[in-house]
Amino acid sequence: MSKNRINFIATLGLAILLSFVLPWWSIMIAALLSALSIPLQKAAVFFIPFLAIVVFWILYCFILSSANDFILAKKIAQLLQIGGNPYLLILLTGIIGGVAAGISGILGKQLSVVFLHKK
Amino acid sequence: MKYVTLVITLVLTLTIFYVLNTKMGSLPPLGQFLNPVSGIWQNETDESISGAVSIPGLTDKVTVHYDEQLIPHVFAQNEHDLYKAQGYITAKHRLWQLEFQTHAAAGRLSEIFGEGALTYDRTERRRGMGYGAEQVIAYMKQHDPETLGFMQDYADGVNAYIDQLHPNDYPVEYKLLDYTPERWSIKKSSLLLMYMTKTLAGYDDDLEYTNVLRLIGKENFDLLFPDFFDSTDPVIPSNTDWSFIDVPQTPLPASKAVLDTIPETIAKPHPDNGSNNWAISDKKSATGNAILANDPHLSLNLPSIWFVMQLSTPSHNAFGATIPGALGVISGFNQHIAWGETNATRDVIDWYKIKFNDDRTQYRYDNQWKDVMVRVEDIKVKGRENFKDTVLYTHHGPVVYDVNFKSDNERSGYAMRWIAHDGGNNQKTFIELNKAKNYDDYVNALQHWNAPAQNFVFASTQGNIALWIQGKFANKWEGQGKFLMDGSKPENDWQSYIPKRFNAHTKNPERGFVSSANQHPVDENYPYYVFNDRYETYRNRVINDFFASKETFSVQDFKDLHNNNYNLKAAELVPYMLEHMETSSLSEDEKTIYNEIKAWDFNNDINEVGPSIWRQWYGKLYTMLWDELDSDTMALTKPKTYQTIYILKNYGNHEFMDIVETKDKTETAKDLFLLAFKAAAKRLKEIKEKDGDYTWANYKGTHIGHLLQGLPAFSRFDIPIGGDRNIVNATSEDHGPSWRMIVEMTSPPTGLGIYPGGQSGNPGSKYYDNFIDDWAAGTYHSLNFMQSDQKTTDIIGSQTLKPKQNE
Repeated sequence: MSKNRINFIATLGLAILLSFVLPWWSIMIAALLSALSIPLQKAAVFFIPFLAIVVFWILYCFILSSANDFILAKKIAQLLQIGGNPYLLILLTGIIGGVAAGISGILGKQLSVVFLHKK
Repeated sequence: MKYVTLVITLVLTLTIFYVLNTKMGSLPPLGQFLNPVSGIWQNETDESISGAVSIPGLTDKVTVHYDEQLIPHVFAQNEHDLYKAQGYITAKHRLWQLEFQTHAAAGRLSEIFGEGALTYDRTERRRGMGYGAEQVIAYMKQHDPETLGFMQDYADGVNAYIDQLHPNDYPVEYKLLDYTPERWSIKKSSLLLMYMTKTLAGYDDDLEYTNVLRLIGKENFDLLFPDFFDSTDPVIPSNTDWSFIDVPQTPLPASKAVLDTIPETIAKPHPDNGSNNWAISDKKSATGNAILANDPHLSLNLPSIWFVMQLSTPSHNAFGATIPGALGVISGFNQHIAWGETNATRDVIDWYKIKFNDDRTQYRYDNQWKDVMVRVEDIKVKGRENFKDTVLYTHHGPVVYDVNFKSDNERSGYAMRWIAHDGGNNQKTFIELNKAKNYDDYVNALQHWNAPAQNFVFASTQGNIALWIQGKFANKWEGQGKFLMDGSKPENDWQSYIPKRFNAHTKNPERGFVSSANQHPVDENYPYYVFNDRYETYRNRVINDFFASKETFSVQDFKDLHNNNYNLKAAELVPYMLEHMETSSLSEDEKTIYNEIKAWDFNNDINEVGPSIWRQWYGKLYTMLWDELDSDTMALTKPKTYQTIYILKNYGNHEFMDIVETKDKTETAKDLFLLAFKAAAKRLKEIKEKDGDYTWANYKGTHIGHLLQGLPAFSRFDIPIGGDRNIVNATSEDHGPSWRMIVEMTSPPTGLGIYPGGQSGNPGSKYYDNFIDDWAAGTYHSLNFMQSDQKTTDIIGSQTLKPKQNE
């Protein structure tokens, strides 16, 4: 398996596990730890954890919300003034999580470069 | 280089963490708020209504069946368990509302919203909401530890729910505002009872009246604000014999009102807060069973003020509308009786001018100096240091207005005498009504009731009906408390109270029905002073005329009456205006509108245009007529609709008809009709151009706002329902029948009920607002009054509450 794939699975798995014990920023820890142990190159440093969390959050949101006819998602989408569109809210949620994870991935990578001398 | 990059990424990471973890203005902390694991996505569901839950302190098993309306039917083995279960179940469906209402009552909103709520909080504290709640507890500790014990059970039940609630499952409003629920207490239930008292008996115009009296003199004042109108149709029928009353009214002292100028007064409850109730005896009923109805008119909110429940033990079985925070059913029925309330609207707030000594430690009373009591209100403010507000208390009550609040006079202030500060035991009344079996039990239950004074309607399976106007009323001298009084003179104090047995009441009156709609309690023959500034004068007459119109009535008639849209006040003025108004100067457009209102049959139905024209026309007329009472520098009030119409029709040339602004002309009522009509037509044309039409439903735009400042995303808009204030179907823009109940006294009783909301407080639940469409359409849900804990077919879920082991 490529490092990209391994990191993706590790980030996703860690994020799910840590979410049981830590608040929302557990995804940042998951991305950071994966990046430290499984360093990636170039754009993948950001995009692999980004994608892992986007998948995690979007899927989970969709499962919860579709089971309830998106009743609350529509209202929150109105509240946040994104036109009352529940899918847009799900996408926005995914991107927020993804960006937070991606940035943490970059930090993990930089930490590994400086302290673990990994490339 | 790599160190620089590290530092930059570190800063970037911390920044994104901070941004997503912090509340920014009205935006919640987005990471916390939106993540699927603990954020709002966890609220995208209905509350669970099955399985078993362990609750500490329960002595026996409690079964809760939910029907398809999500009404919980609670079967407990004893009263302690029952009220624990009520607390638990209420918290489960309405936790945020439960707590928010008591925060609002206590003047604690600044804790949640910050500085913007500080004036509100200070007002609530200065009117003595917290002080009053403490008096309730002190009274109950001394006189009724049993009921206090039930209140503790309720608190334990709420806390059992809070304790087992994972932060992931906090109601969505907590996540939005980023705070957490705190534990429930007896104090909070007492605050809720104070909140009810404020909502229903917290309105008065004494200080405004004082300003008006000084401005226009006694003769004009008495014309504009009479004690009784030219005709009254009181709650207790006019021919009632009062000869059994042997305690006279307090004699009139030589006291004069203090004619101060009061620039500004505190916020008041909604002036439309009121209600209808009525009952017919077995003889007037088409089926031979007494029938009772109640519909309290309150601000329309989501989550609704009401939560419908069945609450039973082996010895009693009650059903109806509860209020989150209060024990038992408030408006409902049991196997033997049905009951409901309307506001008695009596003046139970008076104001006293206080003269202080130099350092404001004492005040003048009976030619001596008396010590003030100091109460420091410590108000938490989000994002700031606490605000400490010093409130001085006299024997009258809190000095609401002084140099610290809405006044600049160092040496004086206005103290509030409010019956709600006297302590009391309202909770016991409800608990006893829930268990009452007959008229005597009902009367006994009412003995504990002090405030807010209510018209308690009663019907029983035996066919009896009754209505008591119950409350603790001062036995006032004629005119007492209409205006600001001198607080240094003992004769201005409330001298005594009307013995409760002499409170106005009627049982099985000859006419075969009882009714109340916030009108005058009695006519002038009742031996006590019953003045209030806002008795209703329209709904009562429509209701009483309806029941005088034929021999017998059915449940269908009751439904029709709840939904009656007849606009009596328009019917009493529009024909007169049409007859007397000069029409020769009307333009084509104005002619059209003129013909539209001429064709109107005075029903405020949704597709009519007449109600909208009336609103505009009367609104403009009222403003033009009472322009003498507009002021930026002092608090004033204007006459009620009934007296306004009376004056327009009988005093058409009075000096008040003149529009002050037009110096060269003296207007009469006739002139005002035309001027107001033209102004109304202009406005209606604008509305038509903007919105397409001005049919009543569109014009009125009834909406039900979320309790959190009407948050649009959690509110409902443009609800197609007719009616208006002063109409039996009292639905205005944001106010109206908050619960409609009809109970036929079969054995066991057959109940119908509906309210504009839903049983769940969660905006993510389909039960959040699912009653609204049926409510607007004027339909009802039949209430499944279960006679045992055996499941019936419409039960969709059952939950067992079990005692927690190993305690």
